Order: sequence, then C-alpha cells, then structure tokens
Amino acid sequence: MTTDAGDLKFRDPETAQEIAADIEAQMERIGESIEIMHVCGSHEQVIAKFGLRSMLPDDLSVTMGPGCPVCVTNMPEVDEAVALAEAGKTVVTYGDMFKVPGSARSLADAKADGASVEVIYSASEAVELAEDNPEEDVVFFATGFETTAAPTAAVLQADPPENFYVLSAHKYVPPAMEVVAEMPDTDVDAFLAAGHAATITGYGLFEDFVEEYDLPVVVGGFEPLDVLYGVRRILAFIEAGEGGLDNAYPRCVSREGNTAAMGAIEDVFTRTSGEWRGIADIPDANFELNETYADHSARKQFDIEGVEGDADPLTEECICGDIMAGTASPEGCALFGEECTPQNPVGACMVSDEGTCKIWHEYGGKPDL
Amino acid sequence: MCLGVPGEITEIDGSEAIADFWGVERRVRIDVVGDSVEVGDYILNHAGFAIRKIPEREVEETMAIYESLFGDDPDEALDEIGADDDADIDIGRGRPQTTAPGGDAGEQDDD
Repeated sequence: MTTDAGDLKFRDPETAQEIAADIEAQMERIGESIEIMHVCGSHEQVIAKFGLRSMLPDDLSVTMGPGCPVCVTNMPEVDEAVALAEAGKTVVTYGDMFKVPGSARSLADAKADGASVEVIYSASEAVELAEDNPEEDVVFFATGFETTAAPTAAVLQADPPENFYVLSAHKYVPPAMEVVAEMPDTDVDAFLAAGHAATITGYGLFEDFVEEYDLPVVVGGFEPLDVLYGVRRILAFIEAGEGGLDNAYPRCVSREGNTAAMGAIEDVFTRTSGEWRGIADIPDANFELNETYADHSARKQFDIEGVEGDADPLTEECICGDIMAGTASPEGCALFGEECTPQNPVGACMVSDEGTCKIWHEYGGKPDL
Repeated sequence: MCLGVPGEITEIDGSEAIADFWGVERRVRIDVVGDSVEVGDYILNHAGFAIRKIPEREVEETMAIYESLFGDDPDEALDEIGADDDADIDIGRGRPQTTAPGGDAGEQDDD
C-alpha cells in the first residue's frame, strides 16, 4: 500500500502502525540519533494527546520549538499591556494571554485590581467593543503568528474607530527557525513546519531557508497520521542525505499561500527585531504597525509607563526559554507540576493551551500507551 | 490559537459571513480569505476570520478529518471555534460589557 498525504485516512490505526514501521526501518538505515523540531503548539497537542512519541524509535526525538506565540511574547510586552490597563485604558486580548505573567503582573492581576480587561475571540470583536464604547480608549493587545496577524491587519485596513488601538506583539516564525537552527546547544536535523501558519504564508516561504541551511522542512497537518506522515517524509530526506522542502498538508496549504492575507500583513506591519521570551533577540521577527497606521498604534499614541515592582523570584528558575529552544523538556524543570501548574503558572509555557508545559501537564509528554 | 476549523458559509453580507460549524452558527470575516466565497462554500476559520476556502473536492475529506478529530465530543469542537459552552446558536448575541473599574473583577474565566 502506498501512502500519499492526500490519501491518508488521518487516524486509521493500521495505517499509523504501517507508517511507524516505515519510520523504524528508516531510522535503522540512518543509524544515528535524529532530532526533528516542530514549531506549533497544535502539533504538540496532537503528538501528546495521541501518544505519538511512544510509536517512535528511542533515537528519534520530536521536540517542540518556539511554536507557542503566547509563550514567546516577551515580558515587557505584557508589561506594556498591564501598564495601559492600569492607566485606565480598556485592554482586550485573546484568552490565552490573560493570565500570562509579565515582569511583575498579568492582565488578570490588573483586572482583579479593577482595571478594565476583556477577553475577546477575534480581532473584529475588539473593534466592535471600541465602536460600542466611543468614550473609552480600547487597546487590542494583539498576539500570535501569521494566522492572527492577518486578522489584525484586516481590521486596521477597514477604517476602525479612532478610539481603537493595537499593541502589537505579533510574531513571524521563519526568522526564529533560523536562530534556533544556529544555536550551538540545539542540534536540530529537520523542521516540521506548522500547517496553518503556512496556509497564510505558503510553503514556498521556506525555500530560502532550505537552501541556506540544507535541512529538510516538511509542512504538516494536525491529524496523527499527518504528523507521522510528515516525520516519515523528513526521514526520507535525511536518509537521502539532503535538505528539501515538501508539503504534507496539501488540503490546506499551497505554495503561494493566502496572498490576500499576506498582502494585508505587508500593508499594515513592518518587521522589527526584538526579544522572544527566553529564547533570543530575533531579527525581523516582530510585527510592528507601520507609519500609515500610527494613529492606531498604542505605542505611538500613549506614553506607556515603565513597570515597577520586582519579578517573581520563581521566574528566575523557569526554563521556558530552554524548552522553546528545544534544549530542555518540561520534565527537566524543577518547578514543573510543583510550584508551576496550569492553575498557578510561573511561566508562559504553563499558561497557554499551546504551551509545551501545559500540554505535557495535561497529557504527559510521552505517555506509555 | 493556531488550529483552524472548517465551516460552511450560510449567509454573506459584504465582508462578513455566517458560517455553520456542526450546527453552531458564528460570524466569520471573509476579507482575508484570498478567494471569492459563496454560500455553500466551506472555509477554514481561524479566530473569526476565514483564512482559506477549502476546495470543493477536499470538503468531504476535510470535514471527516475534523469530525474524527473531535470524536463524539461536540463541546470540544465548540471550544475550538470559541463558542460558549451552552451556545446552540450564536448570531448577534450581545457584546460583552466592558468592565468598569471596580466592577466584576476576577470573574473572567478564559479556560
């Protein structure tokens, strides 16, 4: 039986076993340890939920890299949102961001002290809130990768009300992949790229990366078999001793991607360098509003006060950055499941549904199935 | 935040549309879908925005994937599209009220 990405039945156990057997044979032929990094919390969820690591040979590791946008949002960015809320603005953000601690406090803390903070589901809800409350300054603390940057761009292009502002913490993944690929402590042999981000960007985006680093990059979907198929495709590249690019998620991803969404992103944002929480200063990986949209830029329109107060001492012990760089796993963190739990998170990786620590806490990283 | 969910377009009004997700209707913006969308088309919804029109030949297959992904738990599917747990239909419901300082602090539950 041949298995082609377009023909997969996505969770058929027999097919899964068949692909797993293929993977095992590939690894025997390769004869050395391989590390594949994925960069998407949704990939980690399916890997953990379905126990896929237990189907893989011991010398093949699939590690989550900087794939959780909430987790890589830098503490000073959270601090800016908290400062604006405390200064009397109405701050709205996605639910995942609500409890993420900044240097000292989270938006949830600010709300508990009486600040106006709302959780919204979509960028257009944020605009509607501003329309319904014209006397208030509504600041959308906008986070996420290309998939949420495009909606933020779209609402800014659609002439939002004057009292609508964006505090952008949007991030762009490809430069982070380059930084992680070059980290001396990271030994990544290949990347499994995130399918839905690639729905926006197109998989052609990775062509330059593949050429420069000579690594395999395969865009994968979010069913168990999608992931196993992606791994098998990656190992085929490795076995052939070459880099290469493939799209294992053709039902959603094209080479060109969504050109309307990318056009909106390019119209509204400029890319700047900045720190990704715990990982590194990454060049050209932060989306900032450009001059055309300065009237709606919270950073341009408000004098955001510096943050006072000491950081939580436990934050110093948090190893989220190492986990997102792929050099540590949650089990290597002394706080994991002890001081740091989903109910009382220390680091962002335990807050977001897409954070490695929260996913491992819920499902276990390598369940014995 | 990164997992898109497919739904069927049931109404279109300019750049806004209504899409049906397993019987739950939600508003979806279609201004960045990058394709012309008509009633009956299936789209991949991400945080209230359609990010791709799913080609017709892949609709059945894609719906089957997601139905199997969520198994028999419609609540989980609804969570993915951000619907309230008790929502059976979600068109034009009232906007959440902005909390005044000193208001219902601490009641927000984003889990």
